Amino acid sequence: MSSVLLTWLIPIPPLLAFFLIVLFTNRNKGLSHTVAIASIILSWLMSWMVFFRALEVKGFGEAENIFHHAVDWLPFGSAAVKNTAPLQMGVLVDPLTAVMLFFVSLTCFMIFVYSVGYSHWGQPRDAHDTPGNPPHNGIEPMYSRFFAFLSLFAFGMLTLVVADNLLLMFIGWEIMGLCSYLLIGFWHARQYADPHQITPRQAAIKAFLTTRVGDVLMMLGIVYLYAHTGTLSFREILRNEEVLQGLATAPSFIVGLSVASLVGLLLFAGTIGKSAQFPLHLWLPDAMEGPTPVSAMIHAATMVSAGVYAMIRLFPLLSAGWHEGQYLTPPMLAMGIIGSFTALFAATIAVAQNDVKKVLAYSTISQLGYMIAALGIGAYTAAAFHLVTHAFFKALLFLGSGSVIHGVEHGMRHTHEQIDPQDMRNMGGLRHKMPVTFWTFLIGGLALSGFPFVTAGFWSKDAILGGAWARGGASGTIVFVVLALAAFLTAFYTMRQISLTFLGSPRTPSAEHASENVWTMTLPLVVLAFFAVTAGWVGIPASFPALGGLLPNWFHEFVGGTLLERPAAEAFNFIPLLTSLIVALGGLLAGWWVYRDIRAGQKDPAEILGPIYTLLKNKYYLDTGKYKNAAGEYKDNVYEFLFVRPVVWFSETFVSVWVDKGLIDGTLHLIGRTAFRLGSIFRDYFDKPVVNGSGDLAAAIVQWFGRNFKVIQTGKVQQYLVVVMVIVLALGVVLFLPLGR
Amino acid sequence: MTAMQIIFLITGAILLAASTMVVTARNLVHAALWLIASLFTVAILFALLEAGFLAAVQVVLYIGAIAILIIFAIMLTRRVMQDSGPQTNTQWWLGGLIALALFGALWFILPSVVYPLANASVPDNSLKTLGFALVDMNQYALPFEVASVLLLVALIGSIVVAGDRK
Amino acid sequence: MIPLSWYLTLAAGVFCIGLYGVLARKNAVAILMGIELMLNAVNINLVAFWRYLTPGNASGQMFAIIVFAVAAAEAAVGLALIISIYRRRNTVIAEDIDLMKW
Repeated sequence: MSSVLLTWLIPIPPLLAFFLIVLFTNRNKGLSHTVAIASIILSWLMSWMVFFRALEVKGFGEAENIFHHAVDWLPFGSAAVKNTAPLQMGVLVDPLTAVMLFFVSLTCFMIFVYSVGYSHWGQPRDAHDTPGNPPHNGIEPMYSRFFAFLSLFAFGMLTLVVADNLLLMFIGWEIMGLCSYLLIGFWHARQYADPHQITPRQAAIKAFLTTRVGDVLMMLGIVYLYAHTGTLSFREILRNEEVLQGLATAPSFIVGLSVASLVGLLLFAGTIGKSAQFPLHLWLPDAMEGPTPVSAMIHAATMVSAGVYAMIRLFPLLSAGWHEGQYLTPPMLAMGIIGSFTALFAATIAVAQNDVKKVLAYSTISQLGYMIAALGIGAYTAAAFHLVTHAFFKALLFLGSGSVIHGVEHGMRHTHEQIDPQDMRNMGGLRHKMPVTFWTFLIGGLALSGFPFVTAGFWSKDAILGGAWARGGASGTIVFVVLALAAFLTAFYTMRQISLTFLGSPRTPSAEHASENVWTMTLPLVVLAFFAVTAGWVGIPASFPALGGLLPNWFHEFVGGTLLERPAAEAFNFIPLLTSLIVALGGLLAGWWVYRDIRAGQKDPAEILGPIYTLLKNKYYLDTGKYKNAAGEYKDNVYEFLFVRPVVWFSETFVSVWVDKGLIDGTLHLIGRTAFRLGSIFRDYFDKPVVNGSGDLAAAIVQWFGRNFKVIQTGKVQQYLVVVMVIVLALGVVLFLPLGR
Repeated sequence: MTAMQIIFLITGAILLAASTMVVTARNLVHAALWLIASLFTVAILFALLEAGFLAAVQVVLYIGAIAILIIFAIMLTRRVMQDSGPQTNTQWWLGGLIALALFGALWFILPSVVYPLANASVPDNSLKTLGFALVDMNQYALPFEVASVLLLVALIGSIVVAGDRK
Repeated sequence: MIPLSWYLTLAAGVFCIGLYGVLARKNAVAILMGIELMLNAVNINLVAFWRYLTPGNASGQMFAIIVFAVAAAEAAVGLALIISIYRRRNTVIAEDIDLMKW
């Protein structure tokens, strides 16, 4: 089977699985998960086949050494559009796509398997469980639906990955947005005692609307790009020096920005939304309301990395007009600033969070900021590298947190306590109760922190820091410092999380009675842990001391082939290496030292920061919704005040009352009243007197005649005869009198 | 004035007188008898007009059948007859007026009409001709038959109408 | 010769007398007698015309014969009707038989 055909087929099995489950196998839970997992295995096998085939091609990515096939999609061509060729849609596998396929398909597969155990497969249906609420002990009531949505989501992601043009990529982007909404709000009926705590339903809407802001801007960017170039195909735009030059020099309608810059900024706006960068980061922490596999899949491994993937893919456009050593283009500048800011910003918030999943959510935001910042300063392969490794260890961490939560819930069933199973303060000492989870979580956490040499995170993070340092100048140095600080905090809060959860002794009876989970949940953890360790070794820089020459920097070579100009490998410098060692080990040590033995009821040591701690805990108040202040009152957060309130006012008062009810309804009522009056006038002055009147008049006349003439009919024959004779005489006179004369 | 004319005048006078009595007699039986008298005079007039056959038929038919029938009817409806009191209805003056007007009109018109008089006499075999005419297909057999059917229908009709329903 | 107009005048007179009888008499049988007078006047007319205009033709007499037949039939049916009405209503006064009044 040709590689191109395989590529076309890769997104299909999950789509089929979605339809099959929704239409046919919905009632049969076992059949549904079998269909879903079979489909994802198919996609995974095909993806890996394509990947390994791509490895065999020499100089993959250059010129025609790619797997590409496109069909005519919109067959128009007019003089108004620059290029009169029809719009084509198709599949493209170049080095970037190949590595994406590698990890996306694998992580999706692991998460599908994990979901089987997570949704309590094997347990009977609990009578107390209602669809729309998370199950207590029995099997998830909406089991089949979950797998259907996961399959649809996998379809969206795979479509995005193999797309060869911006439009198809955007379609996949939007499908994932939809699935994100469906899956975050999976437990749609769940309510909380606190009315200001965000429910899954509200979180789903929040996610959708926030990413929508980015998506609209992205759409504008796509349209503007098409208007300028007449094509949306990646190969035609991004590897065509003339096109890129033209875009970089043509002025857009905003003074000071070239077309490439404006398009780049608009497309970056889409990534800000999708990859939860500041200022559109607020949906990701609340998206933790969804089931944990959802968090792992969407918000760690795949969907949020789709945003970064888009930026990596479009890097030639974003950096059009930039060469090494020159000023950064506006999109790159924006990415550098926002990315590094977000990395530090989210890391500070994560330090003060107590929910195990929220820590990971902010960690994701922070790591995505890393990747964006890396792109912003031009470290292309470093960003891609970190994307791949991050997917593995973040998915691992999320699935591990899900396992931890399940373990605590198991303990809760034994002790009948009513505590929040997701709060780390209720855990502790789980390393003895849940060993597999502990070790895999530890590996993931170390990878996240960048523990040297044996974790993938170290190599990718080091690549970024090295790239920033090598860039030099104001931008490079600032990015380097900020990212280094963020790395320290990352290590700190990660170790905090691991210590609070696994180390020390159990702080609640439920943690005391926690136990390890079923193999469908632990096996994916092991697989992902393997990759979290080894994935880094494909990207060891050639110039690294001692280890440098042992393994070729395959990743750099391979992925670098995606670009027209292969990026040069940086020369090794000790400073970034030392910095990353210091911050990683230092942070880990600090975190372990402070949190290694927290007792039940003990205050969080971070609270010595006082008001800063409160600021961090409340996410700098940069959110919608309300927060509870010290006096117990509920106050608006910043976004609530700035954005939500005015919009609500606009729709409730302006549109609904003034325009809709007042103007539109008023006009309609006016028309109605006028028509009614007109009708009444017609009725009273024309219909009744004239039309009815003439009819009645005719009848009245006839009746008058009848009444008045009926006296003739007396019933007496002789009188009739008299009448006859009179008339005969009269006629006779008239007819015969002239004769007589 | 020839003898015929005198006979005519006398017959005419009797006819008129008898007719007047028919329509003014209080007693209905008297009226019927006066009717018989006028029918006789009509027969005489027929004889004067050399229509002997018709005179005979007049006597036999009108007097012998119809007048008798009328007398029957008078007898059968006798109980409620008021032989006393006026026999005219409320509009008798109007009837009289109309009759007079009609007579007046006819009186004025009739002399002015010029008739194509054929100054011929009745052929000797007129009765024979009449007889043959009645049965001749090309002449008056059909009206003859129709008249027969009419009489049959009248016969049956009268029986049905006047028959006792008990 | 008796002038034709004498006959015609006589017939007209009898006719008008008969007409008066029809219009002015109360009793239904009396009305029928008036009708008989009118028919006889018509017959006189017919025969007179036959004699004075076409004596060789049998048509005139034929017409009179038909009139005889019709008069007989009509008298029979009329009297049958009167008897039937008499049985129902117990009256033969024409004015009282006004069921077809409006």
